[in-house]
Amino acid sequence: MSFDDAYDALTDHDDDARWAYGTGFSDPLAGVPTAVPDGVDPADLAAYCLMLGDDALVMSHRLQQWVTRAPELEDEMALANIGLDLLGQARLLLSRAGEVEQAGIEQAGFENAGGPARDEDALAYLRDPADFRNVRLAERADEDFAHLVARLLVFATWRLALLDRLTSSRDPVLAAIGAKGVKEATYHREYAAGWVVRLGDGTDLSHTRMRAAVDAVEPPAGELFEPHEVELRLAAAGVAVDPSALREEYDGVLAEVHRVATLPPPPPFEAATVGAGRDGVHGPELVEILNEMQELARAVPGGVW
Amino acid sequence: MSDEIRHEWPLFEVFVRAKRGLNHVHVGSLRAADHEMALHHARDLYTRRNEGVSIWVVRSDDVVSSGPDDKDAFFAPSGDKAYRHPTYYAIPDSVPHI
Amino acid sequence: MTDERVFEETIAKDQRVEPRDWMPDGYRRTMIRQIAQHAHSEIIGMQPEGAWITRAPTLRRKAILLAKVQDEAGHGLYLYSAAETLGADRGDLTRRLIEGRQKYSSIFNYPTLTFADVGVIGWLVDGAAICNQVPLCRSSYGPYARAMIRICKEESFHQRQGYELLMTMMRGTPAQREMVQDATDRWWWPSLMMFGPPDEESPNSAQSMAWKIKRHSNDELRQRFVDMSVPQAEALGVTLPDPALRWNPGRDHYDFGEIDWAEFKRVISGGGPMNAERLAHRRRADEDGAWVREAAAAHAAKRAEARA
Repeated sequence: MSFDDAYDALTDHDDDARWAYGTGFSDPLAGVPTAVPDGVDPADLAAYCLMLGDDALVMSHRLQQWVTRAPELEDEMALANIGLDLLGQARLLLSRAGEVEQAGIEQAGFENAGGPARDEDALAYLRDPADFRNVRLAERADEDFAHLVARLLVFATWRLALLDRLTSSRDPVLAAIGAKGVKEATYHREYAAGWVVRLGDGTDLSHTRMRAAVDAVEPPAGELFEPHEVELRLAAAGVAVDPSALREEYDGVLAEVHRVATLPPPPPFEAATVGAGRDGVHGPELVEILNEMQELARAVPGGVW
Repeated sequence: MSDEIRHEWPLFEVFVRAKRGLNHVHVGSLRAADHEMALHHARDLYTRRNEGVSIWVVRSDDVVSSGPDDKDAFFAPSGDKAYRHPTYYAIPDSVPHI
Repeated sequence: MTDERVFEETIAKDQRVEPRDWMPDGYRRTMIRQIAQHAHSEIIGMQPEGAWITRAPTLRRKAILLAKVQDEAGHGLYLYSAAETLGADRGDLTRRLIEGRQKYSSIFNYPTLTFADVGVIGWLVDGAAICNQVPLCRSSYGPYARAMIRICKEESFHQRQGYELLMTMMRGTPAQREMVQDATDRWWWPSLMMFGPPDEESPNSAQSMAWKIKRHSNDELRQRFVDMSVPQAEALGVTLPDPALRWNPGRDHYDFGEIDWAEFKRVISGGGPMNAERLAHRRRADEDGAWVREAAAAHAAKRAEARA
């Protein structure tokens, strides 16, 4: 390492092995064919990519809000990692949504065929709340760390089961995103479960808070298993996952985590009293998220970043 | 330090194997409540750039180390065993690959 | 040979002092203070940029910024880890920080007003930090030097992402170019202050140089930073806010104007625009997290008991 020129020193990488400092990053979609599979309505596929992409984008936003506020610095690292993983999934899925949407426009032979596809940023920053398709669980604000880990446990358990099945999708892009996401969601679920157990079993105070959190977070989670018509059509075509099929795995994991955490068994799902996020019905919490997320991008029209 | 305030979690030492064929290398320490958490934290802290195929964590207070004062007793005795080193053996330059 | 002689010879031979070696109390104290302040700076330094993660204007910038702020938490941890090898305890160091008994870099007491600040922090603040830190990779205390190598390697992307953001914004709208110039105007002088007081007013420097904790004087590093930054500013198309800045062929360096040391002293002793908020934020996170950390410790104790 040269010490006379700071910049030379930083690009001098010959002793990496000594520092257990790695390289070798890979593109999860390298070489994956991008054509829309036969017999699949591009509009359905685009809508489905938006659903899964918005789940990840909005959940990631909530995790970003924890940065500099985590209970310990090591957890700053963990929460940022999870936020980055989900953001990465969101970018792949939104990009795929835009690309498939454009393919549909071309296929229909509309006048504006050949125009640019909406990219990840157009989809993230220029849609209004009613155009977001995320489940409402993703947008909920966290009162405290117990709420965050309760929500993350529900989200990651469900998403892991979903991504795992997505790996056999007939759409090679979704299958590749699933394969990448499974590794990530496995870790997310483990992290969340670890904390639910620690807080449930830890002190009287943490037990009370953890119990309050699961009681608040788990009952409305029935929405995660209600299939949307797009999901049903695409599941029949071998492209998407019917979320009602994930229920058994979810119930098993949640029951086990509750048991180890010395919490009562998971409370039953409550009947939905609000509209579904998959239909674009959201609470004021998503409006608040999008105001924050989109404010700058919309304030500088024509800006490049 | 003089203050009474101690961190709630014990200290763990972290060792990472950067790739197959290399030893685990000590990379630093971190705080965790237990071993399981320490492994998770080690992954997040010390392998976020794809470093590593394997991690060890050890409670810092479980590490038994030779002190600097032991240096002579521990390490000097091998100083005279030159026959352990390859350069001890004279091989003619004409002999290849050795 | 006496302990002290061994220590002095280690330093003289440019070898590293390691955790269990004998060292003078003053060396240990200085080392703990310097490493802790450095660690605190990384952790407090997460806040000014962290405030823009949720508002980043593209998903790519959002990912970059989140990864960068996460790195800063990591760097804080590497450094606390080095301080703990000297017998310090992180819980205690955190307490000293949030009670205002240990300092952190005063640069983080300035607000981040626009997204251009994210770029300028990468370019100038991280650039200045790199100038300071690269020589520390040869610091005489082994764990600190090793932490610095890791940090410097990881920070190479921090400065580049900042400069790249600014280059992109300069190709954007007139409003964006104004944002870049405005941010440069606000961060230039505080960046120069990051190298610390001038050599003649830096009382601890001589001892730190003798112990090879520090390898270059404040003014030397500051000059190096100015010399590197001027052509970068020209390439970017911004003006550095110093009318006295000009090349001096006699010295083979850029001359630059007088730094407002009164402001430096005011900010470092708590009078900066964001001091109170930065510490309050850190204190809140630490206090809000106490029940979580206690619960994890209690759970671990129960588990250990069940196994025994």
